[in-house]
Amino acid sequence: MTHLALMTQHLDQIFVLTSHWLLSYLPIALQPLCSAILSVAAIIIAFATLFALTTLLERKGLGRMQNRYGPNRVGPCGLFQPLADGVKSLTKEDIVPIRADRAVHFMAPVLLVAASFMGYAVLPIGRNMVMVDMNAGVLFFFAIGSLMELAVFMAGWSSRSKYSLLGAMRAIAQMISYEVPLVLASVVVLMQAGSLSTVAIVNMQATYSGIWPHWFVFTPWGFAGFALFMIAATAESNRSPFDLPEGESEIIAGYYTEYSGFKFALFFLGEYIGMFATSGMAITLFLGGWSAPFSFLTWIPSYFWFFAKLLTIISVFIWIRGTLPRLRMDQLMNLAWQFMLPMTLLNLLTTGIWHFMLPGFLRWIVCSTMVIVPCILLGSGLKYKKKFQIRTYHFSQ
Amino acid sequence: MTTSFMILAVLTVAGTAAAMGLRNAVHCVLALALGFAGIAMLYLQLGAQFVGFTQILVYVGAVAILAVFAIMMTHNDKSMALPDSHSAWVAGCIVAVAVFAVLARAIVSSSASAQTQPPQPAATVQQIGNALMHRFVMPLEIMGLLLTAALIGAVVIAMDRREEMK
Repeated sequence: MTHLALMTQHLDQIFVLTSHWLLSYLPIALQPLCSAILSVAAIIIAFATLFALTTLLERKGLGRMQNRYGPNRVGPCGLFQPLADGVKSLTKEDIVPIRADRAVHFMAPVLLVAASFMGYAVLPIGRNMVMVDMNAGVLFFFAIGSLMELAVFMAGWSSRSKYSLLGAMRAIAQMISYEVPLVLASVVVLMQAGSLSTVAIVNMQATYSGIWPHWFVFTPWGFAGFALFMIAATAESNRSPFDLPEGESEIIAGYYTEYSGFKFALFFLGEYIGMFATSGMAITLFLGGWSAPFSFLTWIPSYFWFFAKLLTIISVFIWIRGTLPRLRMDQLMNLAWQFMLPMTLLNLLTTGIWHFMLPGFLRWIVCSTMVIVPCILLGSGLKYKKKFQIRTYHFSQ
Repeated sequence: MTTSFMILAVLTVAGTAAAMGLRNAVHCVLALALGFAGIAMLYLQLGAQFVGFTQILVYVGAVAILAVFAIMMTHNDKSMALPDSHSAWVAGCIVAVAVFAVLARAIVSSSASAQTQPPQPAATVQQIGNALMHRFVMPLEIMGLLLTAALIGAVVIAMDRREEMK
């Protein structure tokens, strides 16, 4: 092995090696516990920092799209804005409504943040950089995701406010509806990979033919699955255009209307951390996890690629938020049950056919048709007999 | 009995006990969800990852939410507090003790508990998947059909109601 190759390899494994080096100073009995604590701390620090960066990026980006500056007062170009926000939310008064259920009101944000961080345990952030390689990793991820619904309910119910309750009902209805296409869209990858372990799924995609990687997104079923997964993930993390549960202009932030100060910040944190986790799962399942997009770029450390992909997805989320208007409740449900669900089921069938056909040009044509034609037919079928025109409002004109 | 087993057992028993003892119906469901989570972790401790995660996904993620919704839709704020009647308590305790005694006796006298160290079965997800897809494929299909029928039934009931209201 040449000197250069050795160096890139060490750079790639720098966090793993550092952790091993730190642990080697400890007695053997303490090592498993300390290793776990070290990984948890690393994950929390890395993704909390990413959260701070994202809030800034989002406000700046949205500002640009809406022809204004965004935050630009604190530090150079408003770079210390997240810090100021953090100090503000820590020093604000914590108001709990008199009629609120105090214990549940307190536990809801804690459960939400804990549940949203737990998903990272199975995400491979880089080569050999996964906290636990479970053989049911993907199942674990979705099981933990379902805990968030309980946290949302606790927040909405314990506040004893109609806005909170309305927001919680909307949020739970939306999360349950979109969990079905979310899970079904990821099943195609499990079918093809033959494993529920996230590490095995990424390893399968981290090979190259020529310069091109074997990411699942570069197949007809993988592309359809990725698109469906991302739509469901947007709805699952209550992002615009699916932000009805929060809907600032109609139910004033929904289930966390009655939260203030640091608890409000925790909800904010939990929501973003959950969004990063689902995006990370999309990267793991469809975009090759930590693997480089071309074979000649493999010398760049693996964790760089994971975070580059994550930031790209976050930017797309921000872009969509700045572009699309909010959906109505019936439109939201119709999309989930009439479009997403049939498409995910069809995609399952397509994946099966792809698996049993011989590799070649014909396989591509058949599977692409199986994805594109139903998509167009279903789309025009849902549009049938619906008139689209400029809406006129009673009171604004 | 390891320390982790003791912690999980206490968690599970405390959760389910609170589910019976608390006054507020929603609190009861939340406590029950804690009990479900404790049972899931007991499965995980036994090395049954698939069963453990499915327990969380189905019981905490779906059954608890369903129960909570049912309570919220049917009760108003005042009737949320459950009435306490001592005769029901006494009867409940007697039934619980009787069931526990029968189960305990059955477990103690069974041949399974005579084995001191049962061999650790390695039930990976792969094995469960293979069993479901080969040996038990027929029951799986039948259950799928049954659940689909139930789903369609629920939709039909919901749709009929809407027609009547018009």
